[in-house]
Amino acid sequence: MQYLLLIYHSEQGFEKTTESGRAAIYQEYGQLREELSAKGKFLGGNQLAATTMATTVRVREGKRVVTDGPFAETKEQLGGYFLVNASDLDEAIAIAARIPSARNGTIEVRPIAVRGQVAQA
Amino acid sequence: MDLEKLHREESGRILATLIRLLGDFDLAEEMLQEAYAVAMQKWPSEGTPANPRAWLISTARHKAIDRLRRVQRFERKAEEIARTAEIAVQPESNLDEEMLVDDGLRLIFTCCHPSLPLEARVALTLRTVCGITTEEISRAFLVPAATMAQRLVRAKGKIREAGIPYRVPSPEELRDRLDGVLLVVYLIFNEGYLATSGDALIRRELCAEAIRLERVLCCLLPKQPEAQALLGLMLLHDSRRDARVSAEGELILLEEQDRSSWDREQIREGTDLVELALRGGAVGVYALQASIAALHANAKTAKETDWPQIAALYDVLLRTSPSPVIEVNRAVAVAMARSIEEGLALLNEIERREELKEFHLLPAAEADLLRRLGRKSEAAEAYRRALTLATNDIERRFLRHRLTTLTE
Repeated sequence: MQYLLLIYHSEQGFEKTTESGRAAIYQEYGQLREELSAKGKFLGGNQLAATTMATTVRVREGKRVVTDGPFAETKEQLGGYFLVNASDLDEAIAIAARIPSARNGTIEVRPIAVRGQVAQA
Repeated sequence: MDLEKLHREESGRILATLIRLLGDFDLAEEMLQEAYAVAMQKWPSEGTPANPRAWLISTARHKAIDRLRRVQRFERKAEEIARTAEIAVQPESNLDEEMLVDDGLRLIFTCCHPSLPLEARVALTLRTVCGITTEEISRAFLVPAATMAQRLVRAKGKIREAGIPYRVPSPEELRDRLDGVLLVVYLIFNEGYLATSGDALIRRELCAEAIRLERVLCCLLPKQPEAQALLGLMLLHDSRRDARVSAEGELILLEEQDRSSWDREQIREGTDLVELALRGGAVGVYALQASIAALHANAKTAKETDWPQIAALYDVLLRTSPSPVIEVNRAVAVAMARSIEEGLALLNEIERREELKEFHLLPAAEADLLRRLGRKSEAAEAYRRALTLATNDIERRFLRHRLTTLTE
């Protein structure tokens, strides 16, 4: 099964991280990606630019509404994602737990919906 | 073998194996029902098979293969099931006992997966592992049957679509995951033990099921001291089941219970388990609560209760898992161990913090201490406050009774 691991972290906290601190985090991310890739489990993933770089687009009654944001009043922001191949949820959870940001942020594990069996809300 | 008895005692285990073989909760449940229907027809005339469990599994499996063959789009799945048909070929063969035991354990861990909402874990465990009907579960939890059915459908949907595995967690994960299972078992027990509304028979059954489940866990996962502690705790509480409610359905406090009606055998087993758990290094909430329960259960009279020891255990419990409810219990223990005034002062302090404004046992505990001090009008006032907060009938009757005796 495929799972999208959504990586939420505190942008404020990350901004305060020292240069060497960031380098260590990136290196750890790199190692995890390599290891997952070698096993064919890594399907994709990226770090996202900060939410201040974000644009929100909506189309309402045929009219396009473009705004800045989103600036939800939350402590953590979506900062990146991994798309992984895992045999089941427990394996996806185990991978999520190894993402460096899991230690101070939150990883949301979402199965990719398979057509014809999309779960009801 | 009596088919009904088999259904009651074994359906959880048979279902566990079918779920593994068929890879689908709903299909397994449905096919097992069909297999029971066939058994009801055949067994009385043809005799009970040598291994009824294997017979039911193999019949259910045949039914599943037939069903899937009829449904064209599942053709491939039917072949898969048929390929691993060693049981289907030899219906009377002895199933691998070890495999069956593992299936049961797998099912428990799947139903208690932390990715499911807690109330769904409890419901699914009762339905699937314990074989209690949706109707009964809904009555025990006082929700409409349709709501409970929906809860179960959603949970099974999530198991399928989120890919919750049907597997006993790896040794590294076991400790965390076991905690989650113990919580579900304890919630099931408490629902039966503490809820004083709803169907009394079903509540008793919930307690019995929680204990049975915990026995299975302790047996399958030996050397898990927290699991042993929980089994001990439940056995000790449950040993008082006949003494805590009068024939008229009135609540009887620990102090006033007829200790000769406590289940001595169960107290002995519970106490042994607590000691075993403590020696094994259990230090969690279950071990502490079980130690307290063991002190109560082994006191020959209410007067002989080792209150200083109980107060000390509540101190530790409060440090490991701080909660205002435990604080109330500790205050009562301090009142009994040292002085009622000291306990009362602790209760007043909790009251001032206003964290437990809705909790009827706080004014009830206060009322009881005031009553013991002979401060009748203050006690009556506290009982009245407790009465405005208590929601369940048996407790309300108890409080009202206390209030009348006080003002007589």
